[in-house]
Amino acid sequence: MIERLRDIALWIDDRVHISKLFAATAGHMVPRTSGSWFYVFGSGTLVCFMIQILTGICLALVYVPSADEAYRSLEYLNYQQQLGWFLRAMHNWGSNFMVAIMLAHMVQVFLFGAFKYPREMTWISGVVLLLCTLGMAFTGQVLRFDQDAYWGLGIGAAMAGRVPLMGPAIVHMMLGGPIIAGETLSRFFTLHVFVIPGTIIAIVSLHLRLVLTKGINDYPVPGKLVKKETYVAEYEAELKRDGVPFFPKAIGKDVIFSGLVLLGIVFCAAYFGPEGPRGIPDPTQINTAPKPDFFFLWLYGVLSLMPADLETVLMLTAPFIVIGILFAVPFISNTGEKSARRRPVAVLSVLFIFMALGVFNYQATFAPWSPKMDAWTSASIPVNYLEGRSPLERQGVLVFHSKQCINCHSIGGVGGLRGPALGNVATRLTGGQLVRQVIQGSGNMPAYGKNLNPSEVAALVAFMRTLHSPTESPVRDSAQPEQAAPEKTQANTLAQTERSHQ
Amino acid sequence: MVIKELETIKSEQAETPRIEMARRGFLLKLGFLLNGIAAVFVSVPVLGYVLSSFRTEGPFKSWIALGPLESFPENQTRLAKYRNPYTRPWDGPTADIPCWVRRMVGEKFQIFAINCTHLGCPVRWFQESHVFMCPCHGGAFYEDGSHASGPPPRGLYEYKYKIENGQLLVHGGQLPTLSQPV
Repeated sequence: MIERLRDIALWIDDRVHISKLFAATAGHMVPRTSGSWFYVFGSGTLVCFMIQILTGICLALVYVPSADEAYRSLEYLNYQQQLGWFLRAMHNWGSNFMVAIMLAHMVQVFLFGAFKYPREMTWISGVVLLLCTLGMAFTGQVLRFDQDAYWGLGIGAAMAGRVPLMGPAIVHMMLGGPIIAGETLSRFFTLHVFVIPGTIIAIVSLHLRLVLTKGINDYPVPGKLVKKETYVAEYEAELKRDGVPFFPKAIGKDVIFSGLVLLGIVFCAAYFGPEGPRGIPDPTQINTAPKPDFFFLWLYGVLSLMPADLETVLMLTAPFIVIGILFAVPFISNTGEKSARRRPVAVLSVLFIFMALGVFNYQATFAPWSPKMDAWTSASIPVNYLEGRSPLERQGVLVFHSKQCINCHSIGGVGGLRGPALGNVATRLTGGQLVRQVIQGSGNMPAYGKNLNPSEVAALVAFMRTLHSPTESPVRDSAQPEQAAPEKTQANTLAQTERSHQ
Repeated sequence: MVIKELETIKSEQAETPRIEMARRGFLLKLGFLLNGIAAVFVSVPVLGYVLSSFRTEGPFKSWIALGPLESFPENQTRLAKYRNPYTRPWDGPTADIPCWVRRMVGEKFQIFAINCTHLGCPVRWFQESHVFMCPCHGGAFYEDGSHASGPPPRGLYEYKYKIENGQLLVHGGQLPTLSQPV
């Protein structure tokens, strides 16, 4: 019986040449030094991609790519389809792992100088794969067709709409029509399920073929320089001297890492569960504050912190500049030192980029630039800011709430962070300055002159003037010193407020 | 390797009679020509199909009733919604488009798009302080739609309106963006 099976296996192998193919690919010679823990991230990314294909196919069996049904089919997956929640969670965590491990891979090959001669195309195809993966992350976020997806598309359209001349056409192309609707989802479904994965499979094939033809990067040694004239010969000499077949001699750590990645995805999926969907994609439900997924938080931060007058220019050029630099890396530094120990600029660049991404991500997590839209009804300022205040000052507190000042300004840590915190504003602005700021606004604050009557302004400013710590006195107006005696009474403050208001 | 193979092919070709060569060359050229013609017939409709959504002119916009005038009290700003005129049967709730209707005195109106002019997030009206505020980056607009503060580069997008038979009609159907404001 076993003889029989062996014969069948040998027959198949003879006709389709599996073992020859295997020997020529997995069995290719690599430098012994490349069997390192640092070299596991590429195969780790590939394993994530396979998980994404597998879980993606499963999800597509149930998911309905229709603007009307998508949300319900996601809910069905979460709550009714057996283990549907788990597959959604695996797909979500698979994408998180894929982006994270891909970034680790990119940092490793960058720091190990793997992009240098003669592996420029390996790096370039890798950059294309990075862009495709981010494309998958964005389109995947759209397929989770909820409020965030809807308004995320709106943000995309608003950015595309800034392109001169071509703007409207690009927006129509992106949305598949005049508004975000059924055709938009179909479009992103097609990209996410057919176009981009197909591209990824093609480019991964190229990427791996280049690893075979140009060889895996040899472990960098400080002082061993890459020279175009000698590199290939040196590499081949090293393969002869100290080469091992990738399978089975150098693949061990990759296999262990792949196992850990798979277990990590399964564990995170089981423990954290699926993501969303959050709120039906109904634009008339306007009480929403859209936020992108984790991968694009940094971009959200960048968009929010850009100077307003440079915004359009940066939005339309920065992506091309950044992508251009990524493509240019192997040509900016084509030969020479490979080891990170001798490439301080490379190391500092990586540190700088990740610090910047970290800061933007951190900022975007708390989004201090977003007003707290419901603070005026849901938050109340700490009671110690009300103690010992006169009726007029307490009236000012009511104005502070009812006119939504608290949506942007915080007192005692309660309220929005869009505008400056006002917990000790009396030490910065005089009564007159406060009145002017409230009535005329400035910078990022609207003018409230038309919408507050004089008594409301008086009450509000009276309250503002009490906002200082017990050890500090309110700021004085040196032009009118007699009105700003430190020990002045409440009545004085009010009188001053009234006067300066007139 | 490859070059060697090519050379063997070449030398084989040299041995075949010239007339045979000419015939093969002709057949190859004919094949290319046929496929070229086919490619035109395939790609024109395919490209046309894909690129048709580049069109920005079309039956997208029209007049849509928002309701009787009485549903919009004077000196107030109310959220109204309409079904987008250009819609597909599977659009579901996404084709329900909200807008802010401000009625001034008499039959004077302003109808604003929901989308902030900065990045398209839905602006909210605050009756108490008479401002529109955007939840994304804190853009603010006054009750007449003009820019009050924050990053938006212009005031709110404003739809055209008209009044017919006691009904308020809005001229909508297009997601407003900076290069195509309503």
